[in-house]
Amino acid sequence: MGCKCADKQDKLLTILSEYQGKSGGLIPVLQKVQNVYGYLSEDVMLKIADGLEIKPSVVYGVATFYTQFRFSPVGEHIIRACHGTACYVSGAENITQVMVDTLGVEPGGTTIDMKFTLDTVACLGCCGLAPVVMVDNDVYGRLNEARVEEILAPYW
Amino acid sequence: MQKARIIVGLGSCGIASGGRKVYEQLQQGIASRGLDLTLEETGCIGMCYNEVLVDVVIAAGTTTYKQVTPEMADRILDEHIVEGRIIQEWTVTEEDEKCLNRQQRIVLRNCGKISPESIDEYIEQGGYRAIERVAKEMSPEMVIDEITRSGLRGRGGAGFPTGVKWGFANKSAGDKKYFICNADEGDPGAFMDRSVLEGDPHSVIEGMLIGGYAIGANHGYIYVRAEYPLAIKRLKIAIEQAKARGFIGQNIFESGFSFELEIKEGAGAFVCGEETALIASIEGSRGMPRLRPPFPAISGLYGKPTNINNVETLANIPWIIFNGAGKYASFGTEKSKGTKVFALAGKIQRGGLVEVPMGMSLREVIFDIGGGTSGKHEFKAVQLGGPSGGCIPSSLLDTPVDYDSISQTGAIMGSGGMVVMDNTTCMVDIARFFLNFTQNESCGKCTFCRIGTRRMLEILERIVAGKGVDGDIELLEELAENIRRTSLCGLGQTAPNPVLTTLKYFRDEYEAHIKQRRCSAKACKELISFAIIDERCKGCGLCIKVCPTGAITGEKKKLHVLDADKCVRCGQCVAKCRLEAIIRVDRW
Repeated sequence: MGCKCADKQDKLLTILSEYQGKSGGLIPVLQKVQNVYGYLSEDVMLKIADGLEIKPSVVYGVATFYTQFRFSPVGEHIIRACHGTACYVSGAENITQVMVDTLGVEPGGTTIDMKFTLDTVACLGCCGLAPVVMVDNDVYGRLNEARVEEILAPYW
Repeated sequence: MQKARIIVGLGSCGIASGGRKVYEQLQQGIASRGLDLTLEETGCIGMCYNEVLVDVVIAAGTTTYKQVTPEMADRILDEHIVEGRIIQEWTVTEEDEKCLNRQQRIVLRNCGKISPESIDEYIEQGGYRAIERVAKEMSPEMVIDEITRSGLRGRGGAGFPTGVKWGFANKSAGDKKYFICNADEGDPGAFMDRSVLEGDPHSVIEGMLIGGYAIGANHGYIYVRAEYPLAIKRLKIAIEQAKARGFIGQNIFESGFSFELEIKEGAGAFVCGEETALIASIEGSRGMPRLRPPFPAISGLYGKPTNINNVETLANIPWIIFNGAGKYASFGTEKSKGTKVFALAGKIQRGGLVEVPMGMSLREVIFDIGGGTSGKHEFKAVQLGGPSGGCIPSSLLDTPVDYDSISQTGAIMGSGGMVVMDNTTCMVDIARFFLNFTQNESCGKCTFCRIGTRRMLEILERIVAGKGVDGDIELLEELAENIRRTSLCGLGQTAPNPVLTTLKYFRDEYEAHIKQRRCSAKACKELISFAIIDERCKGCGLCIKVCPTGAITGEKKKLHVLDADKCVRCGQCVAKCRLEAIIRVDRW
C-alpha cells in the first residue's frame, strides 16, 4: 500500500480552486477537506487560508465554531450517541456508559487501534425510536444496554 | 388491470428499524418467485412505533403491515400476493388507524404515501400545479394576500404571520433578493422537518418557488443540518428532477420568473436556527446573531433583502394556493389557523409524527392519539418547544395547542417537539439537561447568555448532586431574568424557560432536593441507592453478570447481596432484573 498523501494533496488543491474567489465558500471547503483527511490539521488549515486568500485566524475561528469540525485524527468508524431530550429520558446516558466501558474511551475520544471514535450529539432527529445511536451513516434505534455489543459487532 | 404494488416505509425511522433488509428480502422474494409487481419506497407516515411499515396494494385494496421483519417478507409474498389472503395478525390495528383518522394532514399530505424520489408521484398528487397557477395567473401581491388571509404563521416557533413577512420582503427595494428555507432543525426532541424533507421534498421546493415569486427573489438556499444525510440526499434528487422538468431554472412556466436553488449544509451549531446567525453561516462566517433591525427583509444575505421560512411553513404553501386561504383558515382557532405537526417522543406509547388542527387539547394529542405513557408509570409532564420551551404539568393537559394558549403556560409552541415524561423523570434534572444544552450552544456574544447560563448550570448541577443551599432558587430566578433581558437573540432570551417553568410547576421538587436531599423521581444518582427486596430475589444471577463493579454477590438460587460502597448506581441491574427485585431508594 503506497502513501496516499499526494493523492489527498491533489484533492485539496482541486477543492480550493473550485471555491477560489467565491463568497460563502469557507464552510463547504472545510467540509470537503475534512471528508478527504478525516480531520483538519493545522497544516491543512494554513493551506486553506492560503488558497482562499483569507487570514488563518478566520479559518480557525470558523472551524472551531462549528461542532462538525475535528482537529485530531478520527477512527475508521464514528459512533454518534444521541443525547437529545427523548433519548435522554429513555436512558441514553446508560447506553453511552456501556459504550465507554466496551470501547475503553470517553466521549470525544478514539480507540487506540483507530477503529472507533465515540461522540455524543445533541439530537439525531429519530426521537420516535429513542434511544438512538448512529454508526457512520446507519441509525440504530430502540436500544438498551444489552444491544450495544450487537450493533457494534459488524464494525469491528 | 393495475399491477400490484408493495411499498416499504424508508424514512430514517424505517431504515433504523431494519427497513432496507425488509426491502432487500422482498426484492429477492419477488425475483425468485417471478412475480409481476412493483416494489417501491416511501417516507415516514408518522407511526414510528410501528416501523417497519409495508403497504400491499392489490386490486382488492390496500393493506398495511406493521413491525415487519425480513423473516416476514416471504409469507407476505406467498399468502397475500400469490394467494390473495391478508395476514390479519400482522396488519395495523383499528386503534392505529383511529390515530391516523383523528389527524388532519396538510403538511404531511404526501408523507408515507408517495415515493419521495419520484417527481411523477408528486405531480400525480397535484404537485407543481400551485406554482403553475401562481406563475400564470397571479401577481406577487395576490399570492401574498392569499397567504395572509390563510392566517398561516411561522412554524419554526416564533409564529410570525408568513404573509406579512413576505409583504416586507416584497416591498423592500433591491436588484437581488434571496429566499431561504431554514431546515436547521436543532431542537432536541423534534423531527418534523426531517420527516417532511425525507418524505415529501418537492412540497418544500414548490413552497420556496411560490415564495420566491411573491417576494421577487431569484435565488434560494435550503440550509439543512449535516446530521440529516438522508434528507440532503433526497433534496438533491428532487432539485435535479425539478430542474429537468423546468420547474427550477429560467422562465418558469413561461412567466418570466426564474429561480435557482442550492443546498447549504450546516456544520453543527444550534444557534444557526436564528435567522441572522443562519445568514452569517451561509456567508461562510461564524454563525453569530446580530442586532435587528435591520431585519433580513431589508438587509439579509450579502446585504440583500432576504426572506427566511421554516420547512413546515413552506410545505403548507402549495396546499393553501391549491385549496384556497378560506379552506386553510377553516382549521384551527381564531388566532392560530391551520394545523401543526408534532413529534411525539419520550415516554409515549405511540411515538411518531402527528398533524392536528390547532386548538386540539394536549390531552387529546398525548392520550387519544399518542396512547398515553409507554410504561406503567404515571404521566408527569410534557416538554414543549425544546430548550426554549418548558414543561407543562398534568393539571394543564386541557390547554389547547395554539400559539397563545401555550405561551400562557410559560412554555412555547416551538417547532413542535413534544417529549412526554413520566414520574421517573426528575424535573430538576431535566432543567439541568436543557441548561447544559444552551450553555454549550451559546455563541458567546452576549455576556449574560455566555456566563449566566453557565452559572445557572452550576447551581442546577449542585442541586441534583444534593449540594444545593438556601437561596439557590432565588439566585436561579434572578439570573434567569437577567439573561432573558440582556440577550440579543432568541437563544439567550428563552434559555431560562426550562428552569422557570419547572420552578413554576414543580417547585416542591427543587425544595426537596435542596432541603431533604431527596429526588422523588429517584433519578438523581447522588441522592439514591439501590436495594434488593429479599422476597422477590430468586438468585438468578443476571444482575451479577451486568454489574460493572462487582457490587452484587451471591450464589445461584440464593439471595443476592448488594454492596452499597461498591455500587456506582448505574442502574443496569434494575433494567436487567425480570422480577423487579432491585429498587431505587432514598439514600439520605
